[in-house]
Amino acid sequence: MNKPARNPTRSISQKLDRESILIDARRELAMPSRRLFGKRLLTLGGLSMLTGCSLTDDDSVNKFLTAVSRLNDRAQAALFDPKQLAPTYTEAQITRPFPFNAFYGIDDVPEVNGADYRLKISGLVTGQRVWSLPELYALPHAEQITRHICVEGWSAIGRWGGTPFSDFLRRIGADTSAKYVGFKCADDYYESIDMPTALHPQTLLTFSYDGERLPAKYGFPMKLRMPTKLGYKNPKHIVEMFVTNTYPGGYWVDQGYNWFGGS
Amino acid sequence: MATHHALRDSAPPAKPESSAIHPLWVRLTHWLNALAAIVMMLSGWRIYDASPIFPAFRFPTGITLGGWLGGALQWHFAAMWLLVFNGLLYLALNLASGRFVRKFLPVSPRAVLHDFIAALTGKLSHADLRVYNAVQRFAYLFVVCDLIVLVLSGLAIWKSVQFPLLRELMGGYDNARIVHFCAMSLMAAFIAVHLVMVALVPRSLLAMLRGR
Repeated sequence: MNKPARNPTRSISQKLDRESILIDARRELAMPSRRLFGKRLLTLGGLSMLTGCSLTDDDSVNKFLTAVSRLNDRAQAALFDPKQLAPTYTEAQITRPFPFNAFYGIDDVPEVNGADYRLKISGLVTGQRVWSLPELYALPHAEQITRHICVEGWSAIGRWGGTPFSDFLRRIGADTSAKYVGFKCADDYYESIDMPTALHPQTLLTFSYDGERLPAKYGFPMKLRMPTKLGYKNPKHIVEMFVTNTYPGGYWVDQGYNWFGGS
Repeated sequence: MATHHALRDSAPPAKPESSAIHPLWVRLTHWLNALAAIVMMLSGWRIYDASPIFPAFRFPTGITLGGWLGGALQWHFAAMWLLVFNGLLYLALNLASGRFVRKFLPVSPRAVLHDFIAALTGKLSHADLRVYNAVQRFAYLFVVCDLIVLVLSGLAIWKSVQFPLLRELMGGYDNARIVHFCAMSLMAAFIAVHLVMVALVPRSLLAMLRGR
């Protein structure tokens, strides 16, 4: 060894690789251009740290991120397997109580009068355009116990009952080659989904929760339940739906959430 | 034995004019990976805060990226492409060029322990940055594996319905979040140690910037 054996009781600074640090320092001092390069490098790093907060407010950055989000819509559409089913669970696995979640508090949940309620259908459909609740309740019934996954990260297992949405779309003579199905809700929420997800076997137009009529807090009179999509994509209190080829956006989507929102 | 290169005393401490310590592709993929990993981590902290796995623990908003959940998600799902494609390029070039075997193998627990003790007692030489000591080998291999776990657990969270095998491998959706968080914590620990080491041996930063 060309270095003397070191005594572990010496101070920490002497444990550093002193020789190599000194060699580095001497070399840097001998070449001013290198010092300048080092300075600039530090400044560049410092700047990027300082602008960290405003980076998100920058218009070009936002445009870029939005463009990538659109790219991610296409990537998710390509990944989406129309035959791939979301896992289902047993009664015992249901999350109780199932969490209430909306863009407002539970006291502001809209009160929809079931007696004079009419579901309006518009856009690329050829069949019945106005539906009362008894008519909807008379449709073929299916149940599912699936996991609701929120964009925030939490998840909860619930049991929904209603009619398979693909059946309903065919029943109303919807053009299933169209790109989107859009929804308008009694709480001024709005949302839209891709046609392949609309036709997925687990996409249900639901009127009940855990065997009971869908309560107001979970979306009375109906919620479109899609276990293949994140929670915000599942509209509640639906009053109107339309089939279209024009991108309709969504309440959260127009604020920056990803449109496809697939799971 | 893996350690005798690192401990050998024959190499002169400074011989900067010789061939590159890190080829250009290593430096490029290193810095792109650093950028992607930092963006993923800082935006991930903001996403975590929207619904903390451990209710008592939140990241201070000031050190997160994205401003709000929607913004953080946009950053997270933009940087993921850079992380994944840059990572695949790094792995492919490493395997194809034989650098992986040359630089990282062999590595044994014994050698790692030996070099770790040597490092703590200040006896580990960094004279030749071309040769990774056993602790470096372990740390770099570890972070590569950790990043793979991060990507896979992230995929299981993002697409828990589309990738059922991955979801089950992670122990279900909720558990995938815990795996993702733990892997992130380990990566953060790696970054902290990595930065301290760079501060102690500043030449290694220059080598990663200019190759020599």
